[in-house]
Amino acid sequence: MSKFHSITFASSIVALTLCGPLQAEKFGLGRAALPDEIAAWDLDVHPDGTGLPEGSGDVLTGEEVFAENCAWCHGDFAEGVDNWPKLAGGMGTLDHEDPLKTVGSYWPYLSTTWDYINRSMPFGNAQSLTPDEVYGIVAYILYSNDLVDEDFVLSRENLTQVEMPNANGFIIDDRKTTEAHFVTDPCMQDCKDKVEITMRARVLDVTPDTTE
Amino acid sequence: MTFRFKGTRPSRRQFLAGAATAGAGAVTAATAKAAGDPLITEPLYWAQGLGEGVDATPYGLPIEYESDVVRRNVEWLTADTISSINFTPIHALDGTITPQGCAFERHHSGAIDLPKEDYRLMINGLVDTPLVFTYGDLERFPRENHVYFCECAANSGMEWAGAQLNGAQFTHGMIHNMEYTGVPLRTLLEEAGYQTAGKWVYVEGADASSNGRSIPMEKALDDVLVAFKANGEALRMEHGYPVRLVVPGWEGNMWVKWLRRIEVSDAPVESREETSKYTDTLANGISRKWTWEMDAKSVITSPSPQSPILHGPGPLVITGLAWSGRGAIKRVDVSKDGGKTWETARLAKPGERMALSRFYLDTQWDGEEMLLQSRAMDETGYVQPTKTQLRDVRGLNSIYHNNGIQTWWVKSDGKAENVEVS
Repeated sequence: MSKFHSITFASSIVALTLCGPLQAEKFGLGRAALPDEIAAWDLDVHPDGTGLPEGSGDVLTGEEVFAENCAWCHGDFAEGVDNWPKLAGGMGTLDHEDPLKTVGSYWPYLSTTWDYINRSMPFGNAQSLTPDEVYGIVAYILYSNDLVDEDFVLSRENLTQVEMPNANGFIIDDRKTTEAHFVTDPCMQDCKDKVEITMRARVLDVTPDTTE
Repeated sequence: MTFRFKGTRPSRRQFLAGAATAGAGAVTAATAKAAGDPLITEPLYWAQGLGEGVDATPYGLPIEYESDVVRRNVEWLTADTISSINFTPIHALDGTITPQGCAFERHHSGAIDLPKEDYRLMINGLVDTPLVFTYGDLERFPRENHVYFCECAANSGMEWAGAQLNGAQFTHGMIHNMEYTGVPLRTLLEEAGYQTAGKWVYVEGADASSNGRSIPMEKALDDVLVAFKANGEALRMEHGYPVRLVVPGWEGNMWVKWLRRIEVSDAPVESREETSKYTDTLANGISRKWTWEMDAKSVITSPSPQSPILHGPGPLVITGLAWSGRGAIKRVDVSKDGGKTWETARLAKPGERMALSRFYLDTQWDGEEMLLQSRAMDETGYVQPTKTQLRDVRGLNSIYHNNGIQTWWVKSDGKAENVEVS
């Protein structure tokens, strides 16, 4: 009897060991998400167009929607008002001293423009635009960047075909190789002959006054 | 009012003025010899009367004399205060744990008010069962506690082109360090049954900006936490109440607040916050993307421009913070001559992985000018570079990830200034 028990015990250990790593422990917490719930929240659009809804919008309609919803901050021509982001211009400035990074000059994927406007713009009234309005606004931003003609119509079908000027302007983090020389045995004594002050924050004087 | 002192309570100012008229002079131990320090020789109201009752302050704030230890913002940095940043007063803090009430904030559409009852967390995408959790559900999973720093990718970003802001709070204060309690993201992904095709997770917040970011599955399964407590209590509203993501060692932008959705995906989303922003442009116009790790960094918090030497020559405590997203801080060196010579500082305790370390150099100040610098080294052997070394690789337009060595010019009057040296 006792022998029988110990054999059963041993074999159940074997069974546990075998299925343990394959199947994670579940707690049975939470509940299944419903299709309508996923549709309401899962709005992100990938560079290959995954996630784009049906719809389209042309440049001229986009200009009207832009004038009504966006131009307050981003300017009539997407050129930016005051300190608000410029959405157009800056082409070819990325290697300049003060680069102007816009949708046209910098953003690698048009999917990002669609996705971000759809979910997070206008600032203070996000998720108030219809898909057609978003297509129109994106078409108008492309036009403002001289990337399409004024009769251009942007749609789910052709969005991924629009070539962004800076699509190839990005590399994956290469610090481990290009900055490998920062792994070193640092100098402790006589590390340099002389030290001179080359710049002072007080001369610039842009720090908020910290006294009451 | 519960104060029960029966005599006249003088203000501290009146008291000291009276003491001065009586001929006691400055109330330092050294100069009070003749008549004695009135703070010792006179009866004091706090030693005679009664203090506040235990019912006076159900949840306390710092005493009024510490009113300068607060978050500060710099108006000209951003177009408005909603998508903006403020700064932790690191110049005035010690140890490593950041008090939540003055820990920096960075929002893209403001700090939202999201009650626990209304909180929902969804996991969808490449999972066997897409799930919805309530806040209560999350508290039923096994928990972990860890201390980690959260540093904004843009911390010190204004200093790329040269010395600009005058104070450690402004140059290095987009950082906080807290003890988090939460559920490993791995546990939630396993609960939903993530599929092997799922190479990435996309995480987003409940706020209008959403702040969506893509995280490789390897990191998601490693040490990422879905946190609901910080420094022992619920997250502050401005830090993501009721639930935020904690991504050890990685840039603060990925620590998604008010976390509402986790999507398992076969590819990164390339969202706005990982294309337009949080990409680092090099001198040739090419930009690095996915620069997730925050490299080893340090700063002397005192003396510093907001924390001058007020006590004259003699014993001086030089102190500061060091941290690395690559692991634990192993060593911090301090220079008083702008990097000509270095001495190794004392770590308050052994470095912890992806957490702030406090260092001290107990020294003697001769009253001469100093060019103070600190240089962190982490357990991988990475040594914090100078700003010049960084610019040699990256140019001036990277915006993010400035971990260059900071210099404070301490003058003979004890005041300090943010400078750059050759």
